[in-house]
Amino acid sequence: MSLEKSEIGSPVIDPVDTPATDTAVAGPAPVKRRARRLPEAVNRYLVRATALIVAILIWHWASTSGFNLFINFENVPGPLVVWNALMQEIVSKTFYVHILYSLQRIGIAYLIAVVLGVALGVLMGRWRLAEDIIAPYIELLRPIPAVAWIPLAILMMPSEESSIIFITFLGALFPIVINTVHGVEQTPKVLVRAARSLGASNAAILRHVVLPGALPSIVAGLAIGMGVAWFSLLAGEIISGQYGIGYFTWSAYTLIEYPKIIIGMLMIGGLGTLCTLMIKMACRPLLRWQAQGKNA
Amino acid sequence: MTSALDISRTSPAHPQRGGTRKARDRGHIQIRDVSVEFERNGDWMAAVKRANLEIKPGEFVCLLGPSGCGKSTLLNTVAGFVNATRGELLVDGQPVTAPGPDRGMVFQQHSLFPWKTVRDNVAFGPLMAGMGRTEALSLARTFLSLVGLSAHASAYPATLSGGMQQRVGIARALANYPSVLLMDEPFGALDAQTRIMMQESLLEIWSEFGNTVLFVTHDIDEAVFLSDRIVIMSASPGRIIADIQVSLPRPRTQDLLTSPDFIELKRECLDLIRRETLRAFEQQNSGGR
Repeated sequence: MSLEKSEIGSPVIDPVDTPATDTAVAGPAPVKRRARRLPEAVNRYLVRATALIVAILIWHWASTSGFNLFINFENVPGPLVVWNALMQEIVSKTFYVHILYSLQRIGIAYLIAVVLGVALGVLMGRWRLAEDIIAPYIELLRPIPAVAWIPLAILMMPSEESSIIFITFLGALFPIVINTVHGVEQTPKVLVRAARSLGASNAAILRHVVLPGALPSIVAGLAIGMGVAWFSLLAGEIISGQYGIGYFTWSAYTLIEYPKIIIGMLMIGGLGTLCTLMIKMACRPLLRWQAQGKNA
Repeated sequence: MTSALDISRTSPAHPQRGGTRKARDRGHIQIRDVSVEFERNGDWMAAVKRANLEIKPGEFVCLLGPSGCGKSTLLNTVAGFVNATRGELLVDGQPVTAPGPDRGMVFQQHSLFPWKTVRDNVAFGPLMAGMGRTEALSLARTFLSLVGLSAHASAYPATLSGGMQQRVGIARALANYPSVLLMDEPFGALDAQTRIMMQESLLEIWSEFGNTVLFVTHDIDEAVFLSDRIVIMSASPGRIIADIQVSLPRPRTQDLLTSPDFIELKRECLDLIRRETLRAFEQQNSGGR
């Protein structure tokens, strides 16, 4: 669904364009542009699809011919083998249980990260003392990869499930905090002054000026945070857990079911991309003012 | 393009005071011995030095001076964005301590909320004053028709030209029925033709509202064309060096710009500025040390 939507994305921009062209003098110019833009968009997606197909063909060739030159393809299952294995998985119930588990963990961890991350970010961006207190923790903890948190998470958290969620949450938290701080600190002074001279309280300034102004940056943080959440989740699921895509992938390796490894990997990639796309789509209406400005 | 001058349709009467004329009783500005100093690298710099100025309700006063002379700082002090480090500043007898909706502010540029539509920008002040949403939006509609932008009510600011954006800024400031309108080089970023149109339409709007206007500019033509009084400031430290009455008849239109009276007055201003600037400079060099 979402993928389809983005394919027709470019032509859809045109209706947004029209208010600006209303005031323009030239009549035929926009029509010309529109006519040229449509095939261009289609072209670009054709190129992208072709690039993917070429990669699959090379993969097929390398695995069937037993390519072995530094990189060894002899034990890598080919696309057809993977496809057949996928057809088997698709009808099995446990496959969906794995996916649901992963999605649920992402959902919980991401929600907490968004609420806490935006709150911390606003606090740090607006209040110097808060920034001085919190920033050292952020700077120190941010470079620590999710895998490194696993032992401590297991020791600290009451259950295996909560330790996976904790690790996922940490992954999503930092990009969201940092982007929110960045966005909040960039609030133009003149807009705060304008709001103040129009009688706005501090709370109103936060709601009507600071937050909407920081939104483009926050949305970027949300999208990055979703990606990081996925690979943190996988780290957590590989080491501990009984369900989830990460566990599915890891257990396939220990059970020497190579096609399933690739299925797991592709599921992670697909679901991660899909979730990021959903976040972007969900935030798009909030940034409508920006799109209009660019076209003008 | 909508005309800058089609303000005849609706006259936004104040809901409480039952008319706009009464605004003339408000907007009395008293600036007494006001200095504004900033600390920069350990040194105290005076942006404004011991300024005295009294502005009567309903007067249109231009603060004229070169860039960096502290005229914007003085304006920001009246607005309440900057605190005076010395002296007393009263608006309608009340000391200024913070920004407030009684003093509407129009900035040079890029001061509209980009994420709000034109209508919501104008409705912001009334909403903040506690007005209901429907009421605030209908008030916004009235003020947008006053500045001739009804057709763009649901557009976002970025889609408007610079002149249109400034007109929205004026409508937004006026929607609070301020007793004082503070304008910080509002037309400085516009092209010459648009600027003249904006000046004319500002005068028309002002004649309707009759509120006090304090207008900062470095453009002598603009100051002479608009104001009842021109207050001239000189740079470093910023002080008031002259106060000129402009008694050109109103209503004023573009034709005035080429009339002998206008040119004569402009010459007087230029002479006075040169004389006073030199005098201030000598005083500073001899008496100041």
